[in-house]
Amino acid sequence: MLNITLGESKISCQANETVLEALLKANIQIPYGCQQGVCQSCLMCSLDAAPPVLAQAGLKDTLQKQNYFLACLCHPEQDMTVALPEQQGALLNASVIKKQQLTPDILRLVLQYDAELTFFAGQFVNLQRFDGLMRSYSIANSPQHDKILEFHIRRLPNGQFSNWVHDELGHGTPLTLTEAQGSCHYLPGRMEQPLLLIGTGSGLAPLYGIINDALAQGHTGAIHLYHGSRNQDGLYLIDEMRGLTKQFDNFNYTACLSGACVAEQAIETGYAQGRAHDLALNANQNLKGWRVYLCGHPEMVNQSKRAAYIKGASLSDIYADAFLVSNR
Amino acid sequence: MSATPETKNATLFEQLGGAGAVDAAVDIFYRKVLADYRINRFFDNVDMEKQAAKQKAFLTMAFGGPHNYTGEDMRKGHENLVKMGLDDSHFDAVMEHLGATLQELNVPQALIAQVAAIAESTRNDVLGR
Ligand SMILES: Cc1cc2nc3c(=O)[nH]c(=O)nc-3n(C[C@H](O)[C@H](O)[C@H](O)COP(=O)(O)OP(=O)(O)OC[C@H]3O[C@@H](n4cnc5c(N)ncnc54)[C@H](O)[C@@H]3O)c2cc1C
Ligand code: HEM
Repeated sequence: MLNITLGESKISCQANETVLEALLKANIQIPYGCQQGVCQSCLMCSLDAAPPVLAQAGLKDTLQKQNYFLACLCHPEQDMTVALPEQQGALLNASVIKKQQLTPDILRLVLQYDAELTFFAGQFVNLQRFDGLMRSYSIANSPQHDKILEFHIRRLPNGQFSNWVHDELGHGTPLTLTEAQGSCHYLPGRMEQPLLLIGTGSGLAPLYGIINDALAQGHTGAIHLYHGSRNQDGLYLIDEMRGLTKQFDNFNYTACLSGACVAEQAIETGYAQGRAHDLALNANQNLKGWRVYLCGHPEMVNQSKRAAYIKGASLSDIYADAFLVSNR
Repeated sequence: MSATPETKNATLFEQLGGAGAVDAAVDIFYRKVLADYRINRFFDNVDMEKQAAKQKAFLTMAFGGPHNYTGEDMRKGHENLVKMGLDDSHFDAVMEHLGATLQELNVPQALIAQVAAIAESTRNDVLGR
């Protein structure tokens, strides 16, 4: 007999019982459906022990790596502490160490945090202001020993959090953040797989992190980045990206301008004309076997997801973060 | 594998390969549906991940697997689509893709016929008649 801990509750799980059966028997309600590992509605996360492999059947590899599992398939092999996916962990304190203007609207924010945090470049955390206002931002750097996190934050007209970050957040301002979430990040294995990354605006943040991570881990397949904005003012880190193409033969970079009156000069100096996802998807007719990352404008993300899928990429190889903005 | 009593009495779902077969089929099937101009408008404006989960529910049902859907659920689930004009021609298109998907996966004809019969049995409920 093994112990399962969920929040404040500690229950026992008999041999032959699944975690789901044990929870339900103890009158603890969690979402579930088919109880056959098909519908994935009983997704949970183990906070300590790695879950049994059989309990992770059919999950995305990024979720598997983060110890997600299906309660209905899970016959525990040891005591486990588990959580539901949205259940948030503790908050960490963070402080500003750098603010740098990348474009007139996009700010590079570098924070130092004070405790342990496991994350992958490309995941996101929720930043929280002292009054509780909370927004999600994607991580643009890989974990290092110096405990820093980099974000690219776009100022939205009248946006509460983004304007506060741009205008008021200073070196001494208290700020907290949640654990890293999301499955939009690089994973080694299948090093020869071609990667297609499409981002608009500050959607470059996670992609920048993912690309650096992939190159640092020795990814050998072709890597194609398309970064788009309406005009030249919206693109950033251009020189750095061009530098990477010289340094790595397998890295390709296309800066895309979609505005109606893009100066001819801009085209001459190496910008492609059109929307990033149109250019990317037209250049690649068959995406079978590719891994695709899509970040930024929700409409771009949704359209591209569908198009990439129809062109042959499998759903489990498409990673996306739509930068959803709440409607007031 | 030896012919244990289990394999002799295997259900259609087990013979097809269970949840693993649904995973393999959903990718091929849903791509065919989305790429088909005759029916893809019914799938606009839905979240792809959620929709893929529903396609899995669809395939699990057609494969004779475990599900809790009643005919009434099928009616309600497709009610809005019927209002959008869902008719026999669209149903036939889905049946076509279902068969082609299983053929691509080299499923024996006899099993394909059983799957088609299950799907066909929902026609009147799906079309709200
Ligand atoms: C998973 C995830 C990751 C994210 N990562 C990043 C990131 O790395 N960088 C980043 O900059 N943002 C990111 N975002 C978006 C971010 O979380 C905030 O939503 C954004 O910064 C706006 O917050 P705000 O408080 O400034 O705006 P709010 O006060 O929430 O107000 C936004 C207002 O602007 C309106 N609005 C919506 N879209 C637009 C638009 N395109 N232009 C003008 N107004 C608009 C809305 O209707 C609303 O009234 C991410 C979002 C998600 C969900
Ligand atoms: C062949 C018989 C069919 C069966 C057995 C079937 C089965 C199902 C099932 C089980 C669901 C999920 C319901 C839920 O959990 O919400 C579903 C949803 C759906 N089906 Fe069907 N279906 C059939 C035919 C069709 C056809 C012909 C179309 C359109 C061309 C269609 C379009 C849809 C759509 C768009 C949804 C999602 C609805 C929503 O998200 O609200 N289906 N179907």
